[in-house]
Amino acid sequence: MMNYDIVIVGGGPAGMAAACAAYDNGTENILIVERDNALGGILRQCIHNGFGLHRFGEELTGPEYAARYAKMVAERGIDYIVDTMVLSLEKGEEGTVVTVMNSERGVFCINAKAVILAMGCRERPRGALSIPGTRPAGVYTAGTAQRYVNIKGKMPGKNVVILGSGDIGLIMARRMTLEGAKVHVVCEIMPYSGGLNRNIVQCLNDFDIPLKLSTTVAKIHGGERVTGVTIAKVDSNMRVIPEESEYIECDTLLLSCGLLPENELTSAAGIALDPITGGAVVNENRETEMEGVFACGNVLHVHDLVDYVSEESAVAGKSASEYIKNGAKKAALMGTVKIEKGNGVRYTVPQKIDVTGANEEVKVYFRVGKIYEGVNLKVSMNGEQVSSAKKRKMAPGEMEFVKIKKSVLDAAPNGTLKIEIVE
Amino acid sequence: MKYDVAIIGGGVVGALTARELMKYKLRVCVLEAKDDVALGASRANSGIVHGGFDPVPGTLKAKLNVEGTRIMKTLVRELDVHYRQNGSMVLAFCEEEVEHLKKLYERGIANGVPELYLISGEEAKKREPALSESVAGALVCDSAGIICPYDLTVAAMGNAMDNGADLFCDFPVTAIEENGGIYTVKSGEKAIEATYVINSAGVGADTVAAMVGDKYTITPKKGEYLLLDRSEGGLVSYTIFQVPGAFGKGILVSPTADGNLLVGPTSELTEKGDVTITLAGLDKIKAIAARSTEKINYRKVIKSFAGLRSSCADSEDFIIEFSKNAPRFIELVGIESPGLSSAPAIAVYVAEMLRADGLAMEANESFNPTRTSCRHFGTLSMEGKNEMIKADPAFGHLICRCETVTEGEILAAIRQNPPARSLDAVKRRTRAGMGRCQGGFCTTFITELLAKEQGIDETEVTKFGGSSYMLCGKTK
Repeated sequence: MMNYDIVIVGGGPAGMAAACAAYDNGTENILIVERDNALGGILRQCIHNGFGLHRFGEELTGPEYAARYAKMVAERGIDYIVDTMVLSLEKGEEGTVVTVMNSERGVFCINAKAVILAMGCRERPRGALSIPGTRPAGVYTAGTAQRYVNIKGKMPGKNVVILGSGDIGLIMARRMTLEGAKVHVVCEIMPYSGGLNRNIVQCLNDFDIPLKLSTTVAKIHGGERVTGVTIAKVDSNMRVIPEESEYIECDTLLLSCGLLPENELTSAAGIALDPITGGAVVNENRETEMEGVFACGNVLHVHDLVDYVSEESAVAGKSASEYIKNGAKKAALMGTVKIEKGNGVRYTVPQKIDVTGANEEVKVYFRVGKIYEGVNLKVSMNGEQVSSAKKRKMAPGEMEFVKIKKSVLDAAPNGTLKIEIVE
Repeated sequence: MKYDVAIIGGGVVGALTARELMKYKLRVCVLEAKDDVALGASRANSGIVHGGFDPVPGTLKAKLNVEGTRIMKTLVRELDVHYRQNGSMVLAFCEEEVEHLKKLYERGIANGVPELYLISGEEAKKREPALSESVAGALVCDSAGIICPYDLTVAAMGNAMDNGADLFCDFPVTAIEENGGIYTVKSGEKAIEATYVINSAGVGADTVAAMVGDKYTITPKKGEYLLLDRSEGGLVSYTIFQVPGAFGKGILVSPTADGNLLVGPTSELTEKGDVTITLAGLDKIKAIAARSTEKINYRKVIKSFAGLRSSCADSEDFIIEFSKNAPRFIELVGIESPGLSSAPAIAVYVAEMLRADGLAMEANESFNPTRTSCRHFGTLSMEGKNEMIKADPAFGHLICRCETVTEGEILAAIRQNPPARSLDAVKRRTRAGMGRCQGGFCTTFITELLAKEQGIDETEVTKFGGSSYMLCGKTK
């Protein structure tokens, strides 16, 4: 059996960043398992720019950002195998047994002292949205269309309506337009967009593509190929208002209605998931509830920027390395701080903080449930205010974070930390 | 080529009948209007192998259901089709409904249904903890099961073809002529000849019957469904029905043979071809299913779909008879529920009708009853998988992540009988694209494989035949 200190599931931006961080922390016996035919993950099809502003201080395309990390992996001589799928994770006698499959070697097992999950996410499909109407060809998730256009050089359609204003949908509105398609409208069922503001400006406004909020696709028309869609306003309960509908002739409907962390492997291994994020429940080290198994990137929770994926994955990589160095011996646990989601906070990552006295400052990421303007972000421990910061604007599409000082954790190692929006 | 028997309609009944006839030295063909088999009622239904306590004793439905369910257990092994004898449970929610259960029980006994018994509401809730508090009693049928209806149809057609039957797809029958003891069945310019013709056209059976002067009226009833993620498949282990009554009949909650959870169907009279999904329908499903269990997590819906029942206005029972107007022409009309359960027995019944009519039916000694599914790989042990990967590395290359489908399985689906020629055909055979991302990742790869295998351009690949093209051309 193959033996590695760390096996990383997924060679996208998360997996590569975790690998480099673990290596730089002194753990060199690492294997990245990638299911596609090269490292890079979904970034390989994201040929637009806007990546890397935080991480590298410059604007890169997706493939460029991925190439930087692939180069870092290569420079360190970190092992990786491509075209290989991880089938299962099981607790072994020492660490975790990772069962994988590829064409060359068939199904085989790898022994890992620690595992880092970095499988990324997938798009919510039409079925999950239960859009009424027929089921013709011409309905794609934005990411599928992106792959057709950017990787395969094929056009999925010419007359396009987009449902959902997630970032991939916004990016594809511009991309399809540049390729000569007519993008009629982007509909968003919520009263606000789920995408980054800069994408709304650069991908819609600059191309005169209307964004209709509180609007959804009420019906899909067409027998064999989409011939049109009925779009309609929705009320505050997100029910369609039939009187406020219009028919738009089109041959393609792209869906950009949210991303779902890809956690088949995780849940099959019996690891607890957070029902809101769809990712594993983790502590500040991004360690899941299965010892020695860490998670980072979009498989943990959907990030808005890849830069944050890299940052989070470095935490997971370094933690996995520490875990191995300490021979799986944890520093004496003083307690676990529970993180409570207060008013307006949909989820936090991590969901808890293990206090060992060795913690550094902990960054807690979170997303809000709606748009807030001119509010205070309040953090309290056991009911006592730790900090309060003025926030000009907070939106569900953009990830937020607060930093929790070591002194706050050490003072209340079994405390409840509450993050809330004070309106 | 002149055939002994031409079967119009590649649904589960047509396919199983073709297979049954291949047990004899006969030349048989199946004429299918669409680009693949199992595209009518056989595609979108509940996938239940019913015990047989519902039909009125003495009817064809009663007889063929019980017999079909019995044959099914052997059939699924021969054809390598996923099937699970999970049992069914009809729920009653008040004393009046408990009385109705007793009637159903007596009916079942009269029909010869095995493993049928009544249990208390408490016992039902003990067996199925997700059931609603208000369950007052249940009728259990342990001989009932679940099956994937299109998997069965594809396997039956494939096995019939492996044994020499022909399948003509994209062959919507437009005219039938009889001359000197020979039928000419036409589809536009195309035509085939046959001695016997079997009308197994499902929702289109009345239209086909009219071509030989037989009058029936099909009144299609639409059923809408919600399919949930595999993570929800364990909510119930039995197929859960409700006593038919004021709340309509037939909203069931059931695991599927592939491990998903299925909720539905509605029942609305509609027009032929209408398989649209409606908000009203989906709301109705949720409202009625809530009586059985309130624990269905609709956030985990991965697909909503609708199918048409081929109900016939002329009869409550199946119509299986020789035409009154045309010799050697068998009408199979109104094959609605329990059509799937009955199909294996209908096939035998039709073969006997042909024999009785004088068709020479000499046993075909070389008939091979078995077929290996393209999904067989997934059921193998690690050693078995490694052997297959060694022989064909494509089995080591995973394409669909949600349902763990390899390139080898997809190629098998495209290459084996009946060959998959579209994305949906691949999906029905392999489940690639049927998982929670519904093809988000694998669609582009499968388009490529379909194009390569068929020697066509990717822009010619369709979702389900006709002009359901996936792509419109190249980028700039």
